[in-house]
Amino acid sequence: MIAHPPKVLVTKIGLDGHDRGSRVVASFLRDAGMEVVYTPPWQDIPAVVKLAMEEDVDVIGVSSLATDHLIVPKLMQALGAAGLADIAVIVGGIVPDADEAMLREAGVARVFHPGSALDEIAAEIGRLTRARRALNA
Amino acid sequence: MNQPLDAGKLSEGETGCERWQREYAASVGSAKPVRNRSGIEVRPLYTPQDWHGDYAADLGYPGQPPYTRGIYASMHRGRTWSQRQLIGLGTPLDYNARLLDMIDQGTTAVSLIPCNSVFRGYDMDEVHAELLGTCGVVVNTAEHMDQCLAGVDLARTSCAMNDPSPFTLLAFLLATAKKRGSDWRAISGTSNQSDYLSHFVANHMFFRIALPGARRILTDHIEFCNRHLPNWNPMSVVGQHMQQAGATPAEAMAFTLSSAIQYAEDCGARGMRPDAFLPRFTFFFDISVSLFEEIAKFRAGRRIWARITRERFGACDPRSWRFKFHGQTSGVDLTRQQPLNNVARVTIQAMAGIFGGLQSLHTDAYDEALSCPTEFGARIAVNTQNILREEAHLTDVIDPLGGSYYIESLTDAMEQKILGIMAQVEAAGGMYLAVEQGLVQKMIGASARGFQEQIESGEQTLVGVNAYQVEEGKSERQALPAPDPAKMQAHLAAFKAYKEQRSQAAVRTAQERLASAAGDTQQNIFERVVEAAEAGCTHGEICATLRRELGFGQPLVMV
Repeated sequence: MIAHPPKVLVTKIGLDGHDRGSRVVASFLRDAGMEVVYTPPWQDIPAVVKLAMEEDVDVIGVSSLATDHLIVPKLMQALGAAGLADIAVIVGGIVPDADEAMLREAGVARVFHPGSALDEIAAEIGRLTRARRALNA
Repeated sequence: MNQPLDAGKLSEGETGCERWQREYAASVGSAKPVRNRSGIEVRPLYTPQDWHGDYAADLGYPGQPPYTRGIYASMHRGRTWSQRQLIGLGTPLDYNARLLDMIDQGTTAVSLIPCNSVFRGYDMDEVHAELLGTCGVVVNTAEHMDQCLAGVDLARTSCAMNDPSPFTLLAFLLATAKKRGSDWRAISGTSNQSDYLSHFVANHMFFRIALPGARRILTDHIEFCNRHLPNWNPMSVVGQHMQQAGATPAEAMAFTLSSAIQYAEDCGARGMRPDAFLPRFTFFFDISVSLFEEIAKFRAGRRIWARITRERFGACDPRSWRFKFHGQTSGVDLTRQQPLNNVARVTIQAMAGIFGGLQSLHTDAYDEALSCPTEFGARIAVNTQNILREEAHLTDVIDPLGGSYYIESLTDAMEQKILGIMAQVEAAGGMYLAVEQGLVQKMIGASARGFQEQIESGEQTLVGVNAYQVEEGKSERQALPAPDPAKMQAHLAAFKAYKEQRSQAAVRTAQERLASAAGDTQQNIFERVVEAAEAGCTHGEICATLRRELGFGQPLVMV
C-alpha cells in the first residue's frame, strides 16, 4: 500500500497546444485521489525537470498529439543528468508504432494510445509509484 | 417484441397515433431517454405534430433568408463543395512538389498548413530541429512562400492559409505576388485560423500575443484586407477547435456565433460598415459522427446568422447574411483500434456536412489517430468525397432532408439550445470577456470530461474501444511521410545564409516601423507586417517584435 497518494506531473513539451487529453487525464487522476501538478502546454524541458524536482513527483505524464514525442528522449536525458532517473515517464497521445519502440529504448515506462482507459492509466501510475518508492525506501 | 400492425388490439375510437404509442410502449417499456451529444432528448418518432414552424419564415427557399435550406439557390447541384485537403510537410520544395502533383490531379485550390514552429511564432533556428516540418511546411520568409507556390498562378488560384495572428503567411504571399507582378486585387483565398479567441479557449497553437493585442491585430487585418484585397476572406470564425476540445455540437455553434458577433462589433467600433466586412466572414466547423445532430447544427446556425446579421447589425447586402462554411470531419471521433473502421466514420461525418449544406470539405484520413496521414490514407479520404458526390448522388437534391419531421424539429431544438448558450455568453459581456473570464473554457472542459465518462462507463459505445474489440497485431503500415533530415538541414543552412545576406538596414527599419505601429493605434499593424515581409524580415522576427510590444499571451487553461 502507498502511504500517500501518487504525485504526478501532467505536462506537454514542445510546440503543440492540443490539450484536451492532458486536461481530461489530469482531472481524472485528481478525482482518483492523486496529487496532480498540471502545466499548460509548451513547456521547455529544463522547466519540466525543475518542476519535477521541486515538486518531488513520482511520475511525469507527457501528452503529445503532434509529434512532440520526438523530443521526449531529450527529456529523459535531462532527467538523468539532474539525478532524477527514478522518476517514471509515461507518454500519452498519438505515437506511431516505430516511435513507441524508440521511446521505450529511451527509458519511457509506458506509452498510452488513444482509446486507453483512464483506469488503466491510473493503475499504471500506481504501479510505477510503488516501484519508485520501494527503490528509494 | 414487434407485433404486426393488424395484430394489435384496436380499442374503440383509438387514433393511429394512440395505437402507435400503446404498441411502442408495450414493445420498449420505459426505456431511458435518449439524448444527443448536445443534451437534447430525442424521441422515438417524429410526426407532423412535432413541427409548427412557418415554411416561408423559418425555412424558405435555398438562396433566400433565413437560408435554412442553403445559402445559394443551386447549392451542390450548381456547384459542388470544394475539396480542400490540408497539405503541408517538410520544406517549401517538398510542399511545392506535392502541391503541383495535386494540381495535376485536379485540385484547384491551395491549402497550406505550416509547421507548428510557425504557428507558435518562431523561426526554424529557434526550435528543436527534430520537430521541423513534421506537421506542416516550414515557411519563415517571403522567399519560402515563393518556393512553396512556384508554378502556381496567384491570380487564378484560391489560397487558404492556416495563418493565425499576425498573418505573416498572407504578408509573405502578398510580397510574393508583388515580386511576380501579380495584382493584389486578384488574390483570393482565406485567412484560416484568424479567430484568435478560439486559440485562447481550445487549440493553443499560437497566441503568444496577449488578448488585447491579438484583438487589435485581427481588426487591423480585416481593415487592410477590405481596403486592398477585395477577393480575400480575412475572417474565418472557427468552431472546429472548440468541438475538438470537447464542446458539444450546440456549444461549438453557439461559441462560434458569439465570436462572430464579437468580431463584427469590433469592426463596427472601428467605423467599418457591416456590409463592407460581413460578406467576407467565413466559418469553419468540426463534423462529428452524430449524423442528424450535425445536420441540424448547421441548418440552425445558418438561420441564426441570417437573423443576427440583419436584425442586430442591420446588414442589407444578402452576401452579408450568408453563412459560408468549411467543414472538417472530426479527428477526435477516430480510433486507433481497428483503424479501417475510421473510413466508415469519416463517410458518415462527410455526409452530415454535405446534408448540412457546407461550401467546402476536408475529410480526415483513416489513419490520423495513429500518425500524420500516409499517402494511402489521404487518397481514401479524397475518394470518400468523390464517391459521395459521384456514386451516391448526394448532390442531386438540395437540402434533401428538409421537411423531415425529425430534422425540422431537431433544427428548432438545436437553435433553441444554441441561442440559450449564446445568451449566457452575452450575459458575461460577449465572447471576449467570456473567454477572458474563463467561462467558455470551463464549459468546454466539463463537456469533454462528461463525454469521456460516457465512454468509460460504456454509455457511449465506441466500436473497437469499449465494445467489439479484437486482438490486433502491429499493423502493416506504409512508411510515414516524414521530412528528409538532409533536406531540412539544407533548408536551415539556406535560411541562416539568407539572414546574413539580406539588407540589414531595411530589416531594422521595418522592425522599428512595426514596433512603432504596435504602440500607435492610429496605424495599422498588419500594413507594417506586410512591409516587414517585403523588406526581408522573417516570421520569427515579426512575431518577436509584436510579442515584445504587445505582451505575451499565456494560455488560459484550467483543469
